[in-house]
Amino acid sequence: MSTQVAIELKNITKTFGNVVANKDVNLTVNRGEILSILGENGSGKTTLMNMISGIYFPDHGQIFINGEEALIKSPKDAFDYKIGMIHQHFKLVDVFTAAENIVLGLEEKGRYNIKKSTAEIQKICDKYGFDIDLNKKIYEMSVSEKQTVEIVKVLYRGADILILDEPTAVLTPQEIKKLFDVLRNMRKDSKSIIIITHKLNEVLEISDKVSVLRKGEYIGTVQTSEANESILTEMMVGKKIDLNIERSDVEEKADRLLINNMCYVSREGVKVLNHVTFAARSGEILGIAGIAGSGQRELLESIAGLRKLKHGSIIYNNPKNGNQENLRDKTPVEIRELGVRLSFVPEDRLGMGLVGNMDIVDNMMLRSYKKGKGVFLERKGPKDLANKIIDELEVVTPSANTPVRNLSGGNVQKVLVGREIAASPTVLMAAYPVRGLDINSSYLIYNLLNEQKEKGVAVIFVGEDLDVLLELCDRIVVISSGQISGIVDARTTTKEEIGLLMTKTDGGEKNEQ
Amino acid sequence: MSSNNKVHEPLFHVVKRSNIPTWKSWIIRGLSILVALIICGLVTVIMTGENPFEVYGTMIKGAIGTERRIWTLAQNTAILLCVALAVTPAFKMKFWNIGAEGQVLVGGLATAACMIFLGDKLPTWLLFIVMFATSMLAGALWGFIPAFFKANWNTNETLFTLMMNYIAIQIVSYFCYEWSVPKGSGHIGTINGATEAGWLPAIGGKAYLCNILIVAAITVFMYVYLKYSKHGYEISVVGESENTAKYIGINVKKVIVRTMIMSGAICGIVGLLMVSGTDRTLTRDTAGGRGFTAIMVSWLAKFNPIYMIFTALLLVFLQRGAGEISTTFGLNESFSEILTGIIIFFIIGSEFFINYSLKFREKEANK
Repeated sequence: MSTQVAIELKNITKTFGNVVANKDVNLTVNRGEILSILGENGSGKTTLMNMISGIYFPDHGQIFINGEEALIKSPKDAFDYKIGMIHQHFKLVDVFTAAENIVLGLEEKGRYNIKKSTAEIQKICDKYGFDIDLNKKIYEMSVSEKQTVEIVKVLYRGADILILDEPTAVLTPQEIKKLFDVLRNMRKDSKSIIIITHKLNEVLEISDKVSVLRKGEYIGTVQTSEANESILTEMMVGKKIDLNIERSDVEEKADRLLINNMCYVSREGVKVLNHVTFAARSGEILGIAGIAGSGQRELLESIAGLRKLKHGSIIYNNPKNGNQENLRDKTPVEIRELGVRLSFVPEDRLGMGLVGNMDIVDNMMLRSYKKGKGVFLERKGPKDLANKIIDELEVVTPSANTPVRNLSGGNVQKVLVGREIAASPTVLMAAYPVRGLDINSSYLIYNLLNEQKEKGVAVIFVGEDLDVLLELCDRIVVISSGQISGIVDARTTTKEEIGLLMTKTDGGEKNEQ
Repeated sequence: MSSNNKVHEPLFHVVKRSNIPTWKSWIIRGLSILVALIICGLVTVIMTGENPFEVYGTMIKGAIGTERRIWTLAQNTAILLCVALAVTPAFKMKFWNIGAEGQVLVGGLATAACMIFLGDKLPTWLLFIVMFATSMLAGALWGFIPAFFKANWNTNETLFTLMMNYIAIQIVSYFCYEWSVPKGSGHIGTINGATEAGWLPAIGGKAYLCNILIVAAITVFMYVYLKYSKHGYEISVVGESENTAKYIGINVKKVIVRTMIMSGAICGIVGLLMVSGTDRTLTRDTAGGRGFTAIMVSWLAKFNPIYMIFTALLLVFLQRGAGEISTTFGLNESFSEILTGIIIFFIIGSEFFINYSLKFREKEANK
């Protein structure tokens, strides 16, 4: 039983226009086995899984389920083959309870009996060790609970093959441990599980086999017991790579930005930031850790002058003249006019930091187009800057006149970070600057941030990968539901300590998004 | 699932093209017009029994058969183009201004008022200045109102501008009655027929040349404004992403209001060109649906003022030619509209094949 092949892919190929997303991919997963699919962003992992779950249809190749050829043309077909996918973005109805979401869309004979269904669902939960209140509404749930609902949903539908797309990206270390425990229980029950991820330590911890994709091509499969981090990285990137981030020490530090008692209330009346107080120092990388949606975005946007605060102050110490300026209630233009050199790399690169349909030159101009008198634009300076950034940061692009939308994620980020650094900032804020980037680009960005720090810039780095935060930052501010739950020294703290702080809530106040 | 191995694979699927060479896209567009003409020919034969080649011949003759017709074609193209130029900055900003019709009408109303009440009181040069100023002001006001509400309270500009059209039509109807000659007839008739006061002058004996030159100047202005000015850049950024605009400190409200004022003002000029330069009168049909056709002109040209010359010309050519068919062959007026509709359908449809291609799944060798 344990060696029976559950699903097999043969020579699967999928192209989008000129882009080859998958080329001749071969995979097998046995019953009672956990397979990790490892690859950098853009290597075609999600596309491949979407073909198994019926969202795309392969151009070439075959899929065999339990030894028979299967033709999966829609998610419903996939479901008929007992394949269930848990997407990165949950597809749940917010105002329904967990149980209602789980039975939603199932065609059953007879009357709708939520009590009976709930009891059945509870049985599944007990069997695998899911810890969840089935009568809780989705909008009251944390990300981890929502994910649990999604997993239970596919199990309730009788899935034997489960696909999880980056399930750990949004979880704390403690939640990841819990997730891995239930996955192991499922494996014992001879379910087949495919996990998409790019985190090496997790791959090694949970899976039996690892299949590696690189740029859409199938590189190979190794038994986890025979693998280690450096072997997997080499397979993933195609060359050996040094995985250490250098952290330098800057002697002279000064408080550059003092955030005092910052409170922000969203338009819906939710307290998103609650009495936030911390200082960002020059010559230091200040990390901000927290579960996604804990107020990180609002925090940075408030500092950048994009949101109106309810309380608090943002004091900037100008290193040139020693003046103190309160940036609260100032627009981005007013902040710039005060001589405050504040650069901001927002998490939404193409929706906020850059304009996707404009070319690199015009995107450089975003920061500088108002310079100079007269009504006409001056494109010479931005053009030189664009060429300089393309040169220095090795941006892969046909020319400086290519719309940034056509560039890959890493190159888009190089353009954005390059532009923000070119303004020679004294404060540099970067939100998730390596999200979606390949390993090489990520390390380039880390190096750029370190360089800025050594120049005496106060760097604020919002990150999601705790390992990176621990290696890169000097101090880490942990934010939980809009409140600061701790400020720790990155050199001495542990992942577990930060994980606990991330979920700590004062007075039980709950915040969603 | 049928485990029977008779598998039905999807025949083809639609794939987005990443990029397409310009010449290829023009071949697709050309082919689409060719197919449209063939279908139109078939429809003509089936519905009327006429020889399609004769029909097309008539169409061309109707559009450019005589010198007079060529001038009319150019005039109509210029007016349509001008409305398209007016709506373009708004559309580039993703402000769905479908109120050009009303903005043109109020511009025409202001012009007519100047001609009627000031025609014999002001020297010609001053009269023209006042006419231009008031018509632009009226159009600008009609553009400003929805923009102001959009900027401050995020009202829906599509509904708002549409409603403004009806208000403009009713106001114009009212004044058509008020100023009608003879009183009570409901028609204003030719304004200042005897003195020709406030008539845009014929240049070199060509009645419409003045209109065409004004529109040509506006075309160049708009091209430069959108591409090389700081304002034009702000419009593009706001249109692409309001978040980016805020991030770099563009005052989004100001840009919306400013752009709509300009958009309305240019529509006001169109009203002037129609009343003072073409019809010499004002009716509730002065805008003639151009406020809506212009949107198509602008979109087909992808907001490029130079391309708009050709898209405007194409649409006017079809309209004029189709009109001729119905008179020559004694066909119903609607028949020409059917033909125009078919052709436009294919032109717009061709954009799908420029952006996407169909891909057929290759058969498995080992199956």
